[in-house]
Amino acid sequence: MSGHDSKYFSTTKKGEIPELKEELNSQYKDKRKDAVKKVIAAMTVGKDVSSLFTDVVNCMQTENLELKKLVYLYLINYAKSQPDLAILAVNTFVKDSQDPNPLIRALAVRTMGCIRVDKITEYLCDPLQRCLKDDDPYVRKTAAICVAKLYDINAELVEDRGFLDALKDLISDNNPMVVANAVAALAEIQESSSRPIFEITSHTLSKLLTALNECTEWGQVFILDALSKYKAADAREAENIVERVTPRLQHANCAVVLSAVKMILQQMELITSTDVVRNLCKKMAPPLVTLLSAEPEIQYVALRNINLIVQKRPTILAHEIKVFFCKYNDPIYVKMEKLEIMIKLASDRNIDQVLLEFKEYATEVDVDFVRKAVRAIGRCAIKLERAAERCISVLLELIKIKVNYVVQEAIIVIKDIFRRYPNTYESIIATLCESLDTLDEPEAKASMIWIIGEYAERIDNADELLESFLESFPEEPPQVQLQLLTATVKLFLKKPTEGPQQMIQVVLNNATVETDNPDLRDRAYIYWRLLSTDPEAAKDVVLAEKPVISDDSNQLDPSLLDELLSNIATLSSVYHKPPEAFVTRVKTTQKTEEEDYPEAGEQSYSDSPARVADSGASPPASSANPQHPASRQPAAPAALPDLLDLGMDNSGSAIVSVDQPASPAGPPLPVVLPASSGQGLQISAQLIRRDGQVFYSMMFENNSQVPLDGFMIQFNKNTFGLAAGGQLQVPQLLPGTSASTLLPMVLFQNISPGPANTLLQVAIKNNQQPVWYFNDKIYFHVLFTEDGRMERSTFLETWKSLPDSNEVSRDFPASVINSVETTLDRLAASNMFFIAKRKHANQEVLYLSAKIPRGIPFLIELTAVIGTPGVKCAIKTPSPEMAPLFFEAVETLLKS
Amino acid sequence: MPVAASAVYFLNLRGDVLINRLYRDDVGGNMVDAFRMHIMQTKELGTCPVRQIGGCSFFYMRISNVYIVIVVSTNANVACAFKFVVEAVALFKSYFGGSFDEDAIRNNFVLIYELLDEIMDFGYPQNLSPEILKLYITQEGVRSPFSSKQPLDKPVPNATLQVTGAVGWRREGLVYKKNEVFLDIVESVNLLMSSKGSVLRCDVTGKVLMKCFLSGMPDLKLGLNDKIGLEKESQLKSRPTKSGKTIELDDVTFHQCVNLTRFNSEKTVSFVPPDGEFELMKYRITEGVNLPFRVLPTIKELGRTRMEVNVKVKSVFGAKMFALGVVIKVPVPKQTAKASFQVTSGRAKYNPSIDSLVWKIKKFPGQTESTMSAEVELISTIAEKKSWTRPPIQMEFQVPMFTASGLRVRFLKVWEKSGYNTVEWVRYITKAGSYEIRC
Repeated sequence: MSGHDSKYFSTTKKGEIPELKEELNSQYKDKRKDAVKKVIAAMTVGKDVSSLFTDVVNCMQTENLELKKLVYLYLINYAKSQPDLAILAVNTFVKDSQDPNPLIRALAVRTMGCIRVDKITEYLCDPLQRCLKDDDPYVRKTAAICVAKLYDINAELVEDRGFLDALKDLISDNNPMVVANAVAALAEIQESSSRPIFEITSHTLSKLLTALNECTEWGQVFILDALSKYKAADAREAENIVERVTPRLQHANCAVVLSAVKMILQQMELITSTDVVRNLCKKMAPPLVTLLSAEPEIQYVALRNINLIVQKRPTILAHEIKVFFCKYNDPIYVKMEKLEIMIKLASDRNIDQVLLEFKEYATEVDVDFVRKAVRAIGRCAIKLERAAERCISVLLELIKIKVNYVVQEAIIVIKDIFRRYPNTYESIIATLCESLDTLDEPEAKASMIWIIGEYAERIDNADELLESFLESFPEEPPQVQLQLLTATVKLFLKKPTEGPQQMIQVVLNNATVETDNPDLRDRAYIYWRLLSTDPEAAKDVVLAEKPVISDDSNQLDPSLLDELLSNIATLSSVYHKPPEAFVTRVKTTQKTEEEDYPEAGEQSYSDSPARVADSGASPPASSANPQHPASRQPAAPAALPDLLDLGMDNSGSAIVSVDQPASPAGPPLPVVLPASSGQGLQISAQLIRRDGQVFYSMMFENNSQVPLDGFMIQFNKNTFGLAAGGQLQVPQLLPGTSASTLLPMVLFQNISPGPANTLLQVAIKNNQQPVWYFNDKIYFHVLFTEDGRMERSTFLETWKSLPDSNEVSRDFPASVINSVETTLDRLAASNMFFIAKRKHANQEVLYLSAKIPRGIPFLIELTAVIGTPGVKCAIKTPSPEMAPLFFEAVETLLKS
Repeated sequence: MPVAASAVYFLNLRGDVLINRLYRDDVGGNMVDAFRMHIMQTKELGTCPVRQIGGCSFFYMRISNVYIVIVVSTNANVACAFKFVVEAVALFKSYFGGSFDEDAIRNNFVLIYELLDEIMDFGYPQNLSPEILKLYITQEGVRSPFSSKQPLDKPVPNATLQVTGAVGWRREGLVYKKNEVFLDIVESVNLLMSSKGSVLRCDVTGKVLMKCFLSGMPDLKLGLNDKIGLEKESQLKSRPTKSGKTIELDDVTFHQCVNLTRFNSEKTVSFVPPDGEFELMKYRITEGVNLPFRVLPTIKELGRTRMEVNVKVKSVFGAKMFALGVVIKVPVPKQTAKASFQVTSGRAKYNPSIDSLVWKIKKFPGQTESTMSAEVELISTIAEKKSWTRPPIQMEFQVPMFTASGLRVRFLKVWEKSGYNTVEWVRYITKAGSYEIRC
């Protein structure tokens, strides 16, 4: 039985809106209903039908449930754009919430909670209060979720009206679905509040575990997820809990199984008896394997989680490696994850079988998969000493097939094998050298050159081989250049004859005078000086024994692993990142500034034309960039693309011709690579924060004569481990055009050790030009998170709890605060939140808070005389080493 | 956090929004544009079903010609989200009468909106059981758009109690003249065999499908010939089990209706079934699998333009049984020009669209063998350096009344307070899952 609703999508000839209006006001019920359906159809395809608001709302008072639902749906979509008219619906809502039909009561409460208009929220309270105590469980379970909705809109209101207590009462409800929804709502509220609201005692725990048996499958997930945060008092309690959760492993719903696994793993930490632990491991294996017969997408989620689980408890799946063998028709993402797990489970016992599989995969069609399979063989060789020889012979067999990318990948892993087992397998070098001419990828080339240099004394014609590479030295990518340099030096030190001597001169010359790559140049100069002052020292340095490597790739840090395991089944476990690395749980950014910064708005943005309508926390884009004040280009203002605007169907929209008057644009980005040193390519860039995330806002201008494409970006290690969170999305740049992009950034990827600094080293490459390197500056305030607001009491407590040694202060003699309001607004825009102020003699003392990722708070005290230069800034923080960076940021913010 | 979704989008293959529902306020309404831009229009599509763009994450699945995209901005429960999509699609299918595609969505958009409102609230999945939802979400509008004389929504009494009830999958007051239960044991054999004939991986995934036409609120108990269940039983009754084959299940998962705690403690499968058709349990077996077919391929490449393919297939199940719909697909290189065949039974031809020789046998009796030999001519091309990578041979079949695992139903007991008699029907069938033989 199929519907025929598609007719509602067909447009009529007359002007659509007036016609709909007429039909909505028809005296015939059926006609009105059809008209509402047409309105919804129009809404679905993205037409704006908000002008029909009054007419649609007029249809609301109907006894026809289907029609009522449609009108409600319309309201959810448009109430926000018509807040004043939305009030018209309130009466019906309130009336419906007292309807004798429980379906209608629930519908009214459910819908009202979805309408995020303040005026309606007020009217929601009374009906909600009633519905929380309704006789019908269906109404109560809907009301429970509605409390979470209301908390999201107005947390204070929820607390004032005592809804939290009502919600807690529902945990003891006799209906399991009401209990489950109440738990879900409480868990969510707890997550966004710093106060303890929903604490699981052993009593609630026991009650909820009993409810588990009768809940819907989804309810079981809610409860298990909430309970997984519970810390058992001792091993006995933990065993008890586990015993009651284990039956869930047999559930057909994968989410129930994963949540049960999560909970069991958590409790296992406490269990001391090895027998119990072994038994649990045995019980968890089959359900985990069964997840692999689900839909591929679910398999993917399961595999990402299994990857974590086998790192923590390798025994669970030690005997199940066969189930991870790839099927020919598995989607590529499933195959890749299976491969990763196979490497983790490979052992001396199963390696022969595993190698046969890898070899099979290495002859498949998908290039990425083939490469990963080859690499997997190498990683097994490094991991399993006794199997290394067998792995190498498989690699050699693959090299003999002479498929180009297989050969290159094999050489890359063989280099690692040489590092792991020095002086063991060098006999195969001759075979490798046969494929020398076919290498065209930088990493493979670099690896081969490293091998030649490292074993120069055993390769008779090492000098000839290296020389063949030298001809193209200037054109090689930096990775290869660096290896060539080092390999030539090694060769020279090992065979100080005439040939190598000439070579080294050519190389040193190329790598110093004729390059503008600082890494290469510095390394070349070091070698040069070493060689010219003390060749013996050079030998000690260059030919020093290397530490043996181990296969720790893709191994997670234990503390991170534990955090991820406590997040099984969630996004965090799929990304293998802690939640705060990708979640910016800031509701404020979603609201408009009017709601959030009632008096701020105008001033804080008045000096920043780069105002983006829906970004509550726009970065102070106009603040001066002290590093490049001179190179700022007034010419081509870059339109800051808003991520949300990407939907402009014109695919070329990202390219803005420089000749065109650019659309209302923000201030130009500071130039980081002037066209003069970039062979006509000019790059302007700056780190910004938007919607709770750090972006690298970049603009590329092609002033050269050739089209440029294939842009890629890489960041060097830096204090905050900032790295690209995605691919650089730059279209082909025709000569004379420019393109802007926002590159999402992630934190804590490659953290450089040493004292904190703001240096950000960036490398950009494209298919036509050499790699460009430039330095940029990390604006510390870009890192301030949206959740840095602190309660006054928390502030005081935190201040007291930190030792005095954590207090640092600095004077900014040049800064001046002219108006407290303006300053606070400006700081708030950068996520420095005002807490309190007081007057001390003629000075104003302001207290603010800020937070950087990983939850490191900064408590700030600013002291100044209004209108007079000189601001004193004192801070207290658990990380005083960050203080200099922090002061720099504050100074910048005060100056702007 | 068990939140599964902030928004759900249904897109067609071009990326047009067919229907969408925003459940939470934390993702912008136009996030779907980012999805189109960064995933649909790039090569990334199909490389990973979970992706982050900006501050939002996208989970997506393709079902026929529709993409279902879930958007979240928090650390949502991905497993829950994907399972929700799977279940929602099953629900829609049961409402639309089997098909789920772009047209079905357009034709039922009002109904879908209504269902989306009901099955998820604020991103939390609610009851998705078709049986119960059909009690109060009807297709009234669809059935008769012009008869306005319909009774104004008279919900089935207790509908709301049943949605939330402990037996949230069965409604009360069902009456059947004849009380019948149909059990189908459906097994899929998955095999991966090396070119040398050794079994690399082999398992059976089975389902017990049930069709119930039973009155009232019956309690059912199912007994299988699996080892754990039998042992438990013999312990309880303290007598040795009857001789006969017992099998070991690696893993079992059950429908929501099965009391898991009871299964765990007593090893009995007891449940109050939903009305109509449902999947009672799934199981997986890796030990002692009876492979219904042996395939012995020999493929010879004779120079650059000719290949000889010989495939022998042996059926190793009981002589009284037979397999239906046997299909054997032998991959050949792209540059195949033509092929000539000799077969002892069935028909074979070359299918260029899938680059395979396809050999079909309608009925294949047990304990017999059949062979196909083919000569394949190839167009000589400029020698490709890369040798032809041989994909595995794939096989499809169905063997009625045969279970590769040896699983048998020992009993199915029905108790109802009115004490009626029931008729039980049991069928077995084994199908090919991914039955691959490398060559």
